[in-house]
Amino acid sequence: MSIEIAGVSRRFGDFVALEDINLSVPTGKLTALLGPSGGGKSTLLRIIAGLENADSGTVEIEGTDATRLPARKRNVGFVFQHYAAFKHMTVARNVAFGLEIRKQPKQQVAERVAEMLRLVHLEQFADRYPSQLSGGQRQRMALARALAIEPSVLLLDEPFGALDAKVRKELRDWLRRLHDDVHVTTVFVTHDQEEALEVADQIVVINQGRIEQIGTPDELYDQPASDFVLSFLGPVTTLGGRLVRPHDIEVTTAPVPDAVPGTVTRWTRIGYEVRLEVTPTDGGEPILVQLTRSEAVQRGVSDGAAVWLRETAGVNGAHSPVPA
Amino acid sequence: MLLPLSAVVLTTTEGGWATFVDTVRQPQTWAAIKLTVGEAFLVTLTNIVFGTLIAWVLVRDRFWGKRALEVIIDIPFALPTIVAGLVLLSLYGPNSPIGVDVANTRIAVFLALLFVTTPFVVRTVQPVLLELDPETEQAAASLGASRFTTFRRILIPALAPAITAGAALSFARAISEYGSLVLLSGNLPMRTEVTSVRILTYIENGNMAAAASVASLLLLVALFAIVVLDVIARRVARR
Repeated sequence: MSIEIAGVSRRFGDFVALEDINLSVPTGKLTALLGPSGGGKSTLLRIIAGLENADSGTVEIEGTDATRLPARKRNVGFVFQHYAAFKHMTVARNVAFGLEIRKQPKQQVAERVAEMLRLVHLEQFADRYPSQLSGGQRQRMALARALAIEPSVLLLDEPFGALDAKVRKELRDWLRRLHDDVHVTTVFVTHDQEEALEVADQIVVINQGRIEQIGTPDELYDQPASDFVLSFLGPVTTLGGRLVRPHDIEVTTAPVPDAVPGTVTRWTRIGYEVRLEVTPTDGGEPILVQLTRSEAVQRGVSDGAAVWLRETAGVNGAHSPVPA
Repeated sequence: MLLPLSAVVLTTTEGGWATFVDTVRQPQTWAAIKLTVGEAFLVTLTNIVFGTLIAWVLVRDRFWGKRALEVIIDIPFALPTIVAGLVLLSLYGPNSPIGVDVANTRIAVFLALLFVTTPFVVRTVQPVLLELDPETEQAAASLGASRFTTFRRILIPALAPAITAGAALSFARAISEYGSLVLLSGNLPMRTEVTSVRILTYIENGNMAAAASVASLLLLVALFAIVVLDVIARRVARR
């Protein structure tokens, strides 16, 4: 294990940012810390980097106890949401910074910088200043700067949070491919479940200073440990007193056993997807159902139709009773 | 702004080049000029180093008594200079309660100038530092930089324009200071007499041309200092 966190707690005044966190981050894997804003995930990342101190508990990086080590001695690459570029230095000098203060020979630094800039596709921007780059380019520069020092772990704090949706998607794919090439143990913080599901090997869901669940994207999506995880990782609706995913509901136009009868009260088509709102015959909150367009057509589900709903068989939903 | 300045230069030229050279070369005046410019230089250098450090500590650190320090920094701005002179005289004069008597020495000139100029660099650097993203410093730390390296490589270049602006103000104030140092320095000719005192003496003796000559020279020195500081700022910021 590359990072071992044991019993870490952190308070800011009365606010409990983290409470008794125990976590192992596997070597060479991409781990996402996922959770809502203010849930403590950034604080945890900063504690790993040594930018923040834990009130109690220990942090071990690659077998060495780093709890009392200052940030500069942890050999950790850190990428900030807002890039934290050195504005008065060119892109090349930014990337060279960590190597220069390690007093590496000039030739060696120049080679490493060129290699890093190639890796992040910024070769032609070496002599530009950060202000002359786009947000996505700046973040790639920050990544090259962090990777240049060959860190034992790479930590990214909402790395794509300040970018627009399209660039964010591109960089996300690119980060995944980069990680497949470089294999450095990586931990990144995000509040975007899609980002975590798409990129990470392992996801740690953090909420209100506690770890809710640790698992692969599939495990979390299919076997959520709590209603919070279930609802945070994707859309949910209540069917027969249980939380289920809207796309895990089977719709029929004839009665079937154990099904909830109702009427389609709203029918919306978004591209290939059809979203239904079904009001149960015995009253209660409308149930949301997601179908593909062809499913909807095949089953003859239309606005105002009488339908019977039940959970799709063979799907491992949470099956947790809805709290009263 | 240019009107009074040109009036001084005009008065100087009325006396002719010869008067200017004679006045400046007069031993007592020359000694005063050397003392004033030299001390102003030292004080400004001190302010550049410690003013920047104080500003950094005030912005980035949390410690007991920080608010008090914030207020104390501004005292020289708020205090009438002659009051400052009196305060310095009672603290560092012959009846010093702490046993430090520097009255009638060049140290007195230095201390008085330092006292009145301390806020300049602190107060010009502080707002710029507040605007700087602390994450750049954290990024430097995570890349292995010590606090000193971060200060030298990351902060100084970003702060250079503010530091030199404060330094220029501090220097200009120092070469013209009168009130705070007359009491403690003793105004000993050839030893602790500064140019402002010299100018006053010339005026009291009715020698306007000589007074204007010294004033014009101070003007030139201040102008030169501002240009030099500006060049330095550009160099450092571009490094």
